[in-house]
Amino acid sequence: MNTFTTNIQLVYVLAAACFVIGLHLMNSPATARRGNQVSTAGMAIAVIATLVLLIHDGSVTGIGWTVLIVGALLGSIVGLYSARTVQMTAMPQLVSMFNAVGGGAAALVAVYEYIHDESTPGGVLGTTSVFTVLDVIIGSVTFTGSLIAAGKLQGIITGQPVVFRGGQVINAALAVIAVGTGAFMFTTASLPALLILVLASLAFGVMMVLPIGGADMPVVISLLNAFTGTAVAMAGFVVGNWALIVAGALVGASGGILTKLMADAMNRSLANIIIGGFGTGDSVVATAVAADAQIRSIAADDAAIQLAYASKVIIVPGYGLAAAQAQHGVAELASLLESRGIDVSYAIHPVAGRMPGHMNVLLAEANVPYPLLKEMDEVNPEFARADVALVIGANDVTNPAARRPGTAISGMPILDVDQAKSIIVIKRSMGTGYAGIDNELYANSKTSMYFADAKKALAEMTAAVKTLVG
Amino acid sequence: MSTALVTDLTIFVLALLVGIEVIGKVPATLHTPLMSAANSIHGIVLAGALLIGITAHNAVGYVLAFIAAFFAAANVVGGYAVTGRMLKMFRRKAQPPAAQAPAAEAAPAQVPAQSAPDTQS
Repeated sequence: MNTFTTNIQLVYVLAAACFVIGLHLMNSPATARRGNQVSTAGMAIAVIATLVLLIHDGSVTGIGWTVLIVGALLGSIVGLYSARTVQMTAMPQLVSMFNAVGGGAAALVAVYEYIHDESTPGGVLGTTSVFTVLDVIIGSVTFTGSLIAAGKLQGIITGQPVVFRGGQVINAALAVIAVGTGAFMFTTASLPALLILVLASLAFGVMMVLPIGGADMPVVISLLNAFTGTAVAMAGFVVGNWALIVAGALVGASGGILTKLMADAMNRSLANIIIGGFGTGDSVVATAVAADAQIRSIAADDAAIQLAYASKVIIVPGYGLAAAQAQHGVAELASLLESRGIDVSYAIHPVAGRMPGHMNVLLAEANVPYPLLKEMDEVNPEFARADVALVIGANDVTNPAARRPGTAISGMPILDVDQAKSIIVIKRSMGTGYAGIDNELYANSKTSMYFADAKKALAEMTAAVKTLVG
Repeated sequence: MSTALVTDLTIFVLALLVGIEVIGKVPATLHTPLMSAANSIHGIVLAGALLIGITAHNAVGYVLAFIAAFFAAANVVGGYAVTGRMLKMFRRKAQPPAAQAPAAEAAPAQVPAQSAPDTQS
C-alpha cells in the first residue's frame, strides 16, 4: 500500500466512524439531528475521497466522467425532490424506494465487476467471486422486492396477500436456480450464467413480497432494509472498500434488529410472515364474541362530555388515523383538552402504521411533542388510571382476545386499553382488522363506538368540546 | 483465504456487532428516522458506483456506471434530506399556534423550527 492509498483508506475509516457516531446520536430525539449531520459529513468525506482517488488514478475516460457526473446529478435531483415533497404518510413507500435503488446499485457494482473480470484471465475465479455472486443475488432480490413493497404501500398493487397455486413451488425453483447458477459461477466464468442469476433473483424478489399482506409491511420493509445493507457490504468485499463493508454491516444490523422487534410485536415468526398472510397456515379458532354482543354507539356531544371532564386521557392511534390523514385533527383535540388541564398522552404500539415508528413521525408532523408519545411497555400500566381511552383506527393491537390461547392473534403483545375506566372507539365500521377476527373490546360494557371517518369524527368531537366548555 | 479477505471479514463482523450494540438502544419513537438514516448510510454504495469509472471503457461499462451512479446518488441525497426533514419535526414542546401551517406546506413552514432547547439536553 503506498502513501496515497493508505491516506484514502484512513479517510474511509474516518467516514465509517462518523456513521457509527451518527447512529449512536439517534439514541435520543434531542441529539438525533446532530447525528444525522455527523453521518452526512462522513458521507461527504467518503464521496470526496473516492473522487480524489478517481482523479489520482487518472484512468477514468472523458465519457466515464460525463456518465458518472450526469448520472449522480440526475439521481441527486430525483432523490432531493422526493425527499422534499413526500407526505409523511407516504414515508414507507419512499424508504422502500431507497432500499430498491440502494440494492440495485449494489447489484450493478457486482455485475460490472463480474463482466469486467471475465475479460481478464483468471480474474473472476479469484476470492471475490463468492461475494460477487451473493451481491448479485441479494441486491437483485432487494431491488424487485422493494419495488413491489412500495407498489403495495402506494396502492398500485393490492395490499392483500397475492397467493396463487404453485407459488411456493416457483419460489423453491427460483431459489434452486439462483444457488445452482451461483455455485457454477464460482468455477466457470460465464455471461449467460450471470444473466440467469440476475433474472432468477429479480423474479424471486417479486415472488417473495407479493404474498405478504399490508399489515405485515413493517416487517417486510425492515427485512429489505437489512438485505440492502448486506448487499452493500458484499459490494464492499467485491471492490475491496472498507467504507462500504462497515456501512453495509451497520445497516444490516439495524434492519435485522428492527425486523426482529416488528416480528416480536406481532408474535409471529419471520418464516410465518414470509410464507403467507394471517390465518392461512394456522387453524383459526372462532373467537368468543357472540353474534348478539351489545355494541353501543355514542354521539359527539356525549363523547365530548366524557373527554372534557376527564382528568387523564390516553389516545391510541392506529393505521386508520394515518389513512384518514387525521394526525392534525387528533393533535388539535389533544391540545384543546390539555388547555383544560387534562393529562393527555399517546399509546403507540410497535407495529402501528406501515413501518417501524411510523405513527411517531406522523404525530411529530402534527406538532405533538415527543415526550407525550409513550411506548407500549411504558403506557400499559397507565391505562388503569385513565378516565378515557380514545382509540382511533387501531384494531387488532387492542383486542383482549390476544391474551387467550386459540385465536389468530394469541400471544401478540397488545395495548391494555380495556383497563381504562371508559373507552371510545372511532372506527368507520364494525369491519375486522387484518387478523380477520372480531375485536372483543368493542363488546366491552365500558366501550362506546363512534362510527365515522377519523378526520370527520375528530373535527366533530373538537367542535363539541368547544361548544360544551365554550 | 488471502490476508485481505480475512481483514475484510474481520471488519464486517466487528461492524455488525457495533451496529447491533449502538442501534439496540434507539427508542421506538425514532425507528422511522433510524431506518431512513440507515438508508442514507447504505448510499455509500455511491463510492462503489464511482469506482466502476476507473475500468469502464466500453458501452456496457458506461451504461452500468450511469445507472449505478443514478441509483446510488438518489439513495444518498434523498435519504439524508428526508431524515433531516423528519428529525426537524420532533420537538420537546408544542410550537406556538403560528407555526401550525397546513399539512401540505409542512416542510418549508417548519424551517424556523429551532433545535435550541432540544440540543441542550
